[in-house]
Order: sequence, then C-alpha cells, then structure tokens
Amino acid sequence: MDAKNHKSLLLILARELASNLATPMFVVDVQGVLVFYNEAAEMLLGQSFSITGPIGPDQWGGTMFQPEDLDGNPITVNDLPLVDTMRERRPEHARFRITGLDGVKRTIEATSFPLFARVHDLAGAVSVFWEEEQ
Amino acid sequence: MKARVWGCRGSLPAPAPDTIRYGGNTSCVELSVDDDTVLILDAGSGIRPLGQALAKGPPRAIHVLLTHLHLDHLQGLAFFLPFWSDAADLHVWGPPSPLLSLAERVAVYVSPPLFPVSLSDVPSRPSFHDVPDEPWMIGSALVAGYPVVHQGPTMGFRVTADARTLAYLPDHEPSLGIDLTQIEPEWISGYQVAHGADVLLHDAQYSDHEYRTHVGWGHSSIDHAVTFARVMQVDQLVMFHHDPAHTDAQLESMRDLANSRGGTRDPVLAAEGMEIHLGPAGVDIESSAPTSPAQPVTLPE
Repeated sequence: MDAKNHKSLLLILARELASNLATPMFVVDVQGVLVFYNEAAEMLLGQSFSITGPIGPDQWGGTMFQPEDLDGNPITVNDLPLVDTMRERRPEHARFRITGLDGVKRTIEATSFPLFARVHDLAGAVSVFWEEEQ
Repeated sequence: MKARVWGCRGSLPAPAPDTIRYGGNTSCVELSVDDDTVLILDAGSGIRPLGQALAKGPPRAIHVLLTHLHLDHLQGLAFFLPFWSDAADLHVWGPPSPLLSLAERVAVYVSPPLFPVSLSDVPSRPSFHDVPDEPWMIGSALVAGYPVVHQGPTMGFRVTADARTLAYLPDHEPSLGIDLTQIEPEWISGYQVAHGADVLLHDAQYSDHEYRTHVGWGHSSIDHAVTFARVMQVDQLVMFHHDPAHTDAQLESMRDLANSRGGTRDPVLAAEGMEIHLGPAGVDIESSAPTSPAQPVTLPE
C-alpha cells in the first residue's frame, strides 16, 4: 500500500461536504496545500479544480488570487484567515478582495476553522467564502 | 494466518431456519497468527462460541479489536468465557474518544441496568487500549487501524502476517456523497485499510434497491462493496455484515448479482465456520455454505 498518498478521514469528509455544498469552500491539508475546492469556489476563483489540481500555500495565498484589503493594499499570505487558522489553530474570519483567475475582482468574506482528528492532531482546515453582492 | 468467521450478521442476531447456512451471529472473526496469540475482530454474538472453543485449547494472549461500539459488535463480550477467567491475558482495543476512555464506554454496556455485573468486577480485568495512530505489532501480526465512514467513531483494521494482508471493514459506507469510480482511490474512506489487500471482509448489507432508502445509515450496497474492492485492487472480496432480514436464498441471489459485476475473483458470502487461509501459497477459502442457491429469489431493481 502506498501510505504516503492516503488522506485523513477528516479531509475525505470535508471534501465530500464541500462537493455537495453550494457555498464556496476550500480544503487544505496539514501542510497548507489546497487539496480541494468545490464547484461554487470554482465560480468564485474562475478556474476548475480539475485544471489546477492541488495548489501550494504560497501560490494560492499569493500570486494566484492577488488578495488585497478593502483599501487596495496587498495582503501577504501570512495574513490570510486560512493561513492564520493553520498557524494559530483557531477559527478566523476576514473581509477582503481577490482577483479570480478569470480576472474579475471580487469582495469576499472568509471564515476558516481547523480540523482536529483528536484534540491535538491537526489534519488540515477548511474555509468557507461568501461573495459580497455587487 | 488463518481467519475463521464466527459471526457475520449485521445489526442484530438472526437465528432462524432460513439463515442457518450463513449464520445468525453478529460480527466476530478469529485470526490465528501464531501459537501464542489470537486476534479477534469484533465482539458480536459470534464471540460466545469462539470463547468456548478457546477454552479447550492452550492459554494464549487474546486481543479483541473493536471496530466500534455499536451493540452488534460488542454484545458478545460479556458472554466470552475468557472474560470471566482471572487467568486470561485479555486485551481490548477500540476507537479513541476525546471524552471517555474505552473502558468507560464499554462499561456503559457492561454494568447495571443493562448488565447485572459491573465491568470493574469482571475477573479477567481486561486491559483496554485506544487503537494507536500508527501500525503496531500483536504477536507476529502487523496491525493497523484507521477511522472510516460509518455512524460514529469507527475503525477498519488491516492485519498483515505471513506476507499476506486481510482487511476488515464490516461497517462502512465509502460511497456516501461520492461516486467511487470518479475519485482518486486515496480520497476514498478505507483506502489505508483495504488497498492491495489479499482478502477484504466488507460491509455488503443492502441490495442496491434497499440502499436507496438507507443512504447515510453507514452501510454499503452490493454494488458499492464490489466497486470498492475493485478500486482498491483487492484480490478477494468477502461480503460481510448480512442484513438480519435477509434469508440464505436472498444472500445467495445478492452474491450472484455481485459476481455478475466483475472483479479479480468472484465475491463470496461470509458464513459462520468459513475459514480463510492466507499464506505463501495464496488464499484458500473453506466454507460449508453452498456456492449456488438452491432456490434463487428475485431481487427488486
């Protein structure tokens, strides 16, 4: 058996939930790799997960979606709520702008929370997004 | 390694004339891996006759591996002869909980008012262990337990000995919310347990028709069990956790349907008394149950 590729049950369940959810959702593993985003997130990001595949944190948190605050100042990857959740192991919420892969700038709110298989066993995190109505 | 099925019924014991070929006892499988150790997968009602058989042999360390604590996997523990022997070297392994120890959770059943004797008064004083995150050795067997999709915290077990692997997923619904053929295998619940196993004992409780009204109950249909085994590149699927309402004839019709869906080897039905030998020469299954139904029944589409 190739044990390196196995996925935590929590990530499997999170992906199943995301797959059936109409709300945009990211699933990241314990290394911060974006291992799945759902169809609703594809609409928000302008690119299909089947095209991008898993994405490292530097890419999804930086150049890929060009996050910026509401005044137009770039947000570093370390200040994104999902990264904060992974680092601090606690829920986070923020409102900011991204530029999707389709070139459209959107204002979104993001809520993220960690996934603990046991009390101290972090499996990853999820982030749910709401796009602000235009 | 030799596996012997002592119980393969799901949910509730189902003794009756029309369940006699496959048996009415709930989940229990004995694994003999060496002369000093016996592993027991689940403590359904099948563990009662197993305890009687063990009492006739030389003393061995006994390790009971509980996939979860639903009654059909636990109800036999208090009727297991070594449980009542102060000479028994008895270990019970089960899924961890952030709230209660395994002993505290088992004691909910083994204590008044559900049972006349409290767990603390049981002579064997069993040692309770959380299933560890990493594989561990029991005797000469490498054992691994991983969480899988069912109702409540549930493990699947993977046991490797004599260069052969047996996977045990008696209660499992890997298809919940996904199409098993459309997703990478490592994203399917049970991958760590079953991938590449020589033998897989897997939940096949429902016909495809019955599954439609039992989605989310934690069990698999025939189609899901067969597809899961194929995707996981399992050599031999053993259909397990038979529904208590299914007669022998219905089970055999379900098996024939499973056979028609293909795989490396034709799936077989678990039956009480079935022995599965896993060794250097391969896998050999002995069962007194017939290979074809005497009177097939028609399953609803």
